[in-house]
Amino acid sequence: MKKVYANATEALDGVISDGMMIAAGGFGLCGIPELLLEAIKDSGAQNLTFASNNAGVDDFGIGILLQTKQVKKMISSYVGENAEFMRQYLSGELELEFNPQGTLAERMRAGGAGIPGFYTKTGVGTVIAEDKEHKDFNGETYILEEGIFADLAIVKAWKADDTGNLIFRKTARNFNVPAATCGKICIAEVEEIVPRGSLDPDAIHLPGIYVHRIIQGEHEKRIEQRTTRKKEEA
Amino acid sequence: MPWDRNQMAARAAQELEDGMYVNLGIGIPTLVANYVGDKDITLQSENGMLGMGPFPFEGEEDADLINAGKQTITELSRTSYFDSATSFAMIRGGKIAAAVLGAMEVDEEGDLANWMIPGVLVKGMGGAMDLVAGVGRVIVVMDHTNKHGKSKLLKKCTLPLTGKKVVNRIITNLGVLDVVDGGLKIIEIAEGVTEDEIRASTEANIVN
Repeated sequence: MKKVYANATEALDGVISDGMMIAAGGFGLCGIPELLLEAIKDSGAQNLTFASNNAGVDDFGIGILLQTKQVKKMISSYVGENAEFMRQYLSGELELEFNPQGTLAERMRAGGAGIPGFYTKTGVGTVIAEDKEHKDFNGETYILEEGIFADLAIVKAWKADDTGNLIFRKTARNFNVPAATCGKICIAEVEEIVPRGSLDPDAIHLPGIYVHRIIQGEHEKRIEQRTTRKKEEA
Repeated sequence: MPWDRNQMAARAAQELEDGMYVNLGIGIPTLVANYVGDKDITLQSENGMLGMGPFPFEGEEDADLINAGKQTITELSRTSYFDSATSFAMIRGGKIAAAVLGAMEVDEEGDLANWMIPGVLVKGMGGAMDLVAGVGRVIVVMDHTNKHGKSKLLKKCTLPLTGKKVVNRIITNLGVLDVVDGGLKIIEIAEGVTEDEIRASTEANIVN
């Protein structure tokens, strides 16, 4: 089966629809599926729910879908960098479900692994635990969190082969792996599609079984906080 | 003289032992890395990295290499990368020996509030709730009082909690206190500060 598509718009064809729950990879602006987000904007799909650690910035990442009011709900751990997000949230236009970062990652991982719920001590005694089942194990209290089963996963990797085996680069791996696994369909955008056999099978970060469609493209890879030191300090 | 930011960071660095895997939060905790000296400490960044290096030289920034504060950083010869689920598995699984983090309030039971002020823009808890629930030891570094001079070491936290009964040690500009049965215990007093000054600036019960 052919997995490679010409571009993000073609890869979304027949997949994207109104009201979808989409799991997206990335941390801040690092490793976000920027081409697919742009194409989702162009598709005009409405009332989308995103499970994504962050919401991008105003003009990049998921932020561009907030500008066009295509997002109904965000499931995130931190949304501090986005003014339009805050405006829509405070005016009641946008739903927001805060998840602790590790809980969000594990909810995606669990969903992808066929596990509908798990107990964690993260958030016990906080607002996160309100209305959730509590259970004691070995004298310690845990809360029940549910796996995320997304309609679509969109991720960004460094390299892929045409069977969808993926390799990520440095800290751009982040949420891309758990997000990819929890989607009914996963589309991966990569910097380079390499010939079959040229990736070391022992070095694959995400096996192609999780990836249904692949595109290659030019990435802006914007830096959110450029911090450096002077040579003299070394 | 109370400790300044760098002295607080240096004091926090004394808490770290050779061979430890440690997570440092944003702000003063980040400065702790400057004071570990010869100790073999591996820094974890919860976005998926062990062995975090310093900021890159100008022109060598890599968009694929950032810390949990989204700042560009570098890797070391010991560095490993992993995904977010694996990162929090090692946090929740108790593999990280200690976390050093800032706080708005800590109380005498070890409850911690550092993510939300009701009525003020809510940004989210990020990985803070997972860290305080999972790591071996939670060390808070913060000023003893807020900008209005009110104690940040309380009988009971007033802000929404990040974690319940999670703090082990508090390092402030006035000294070092541990969370023990019945309240906080003074472990160390900054040079030039008196015990009376610490007591006067602490709302929480202080036990001897």
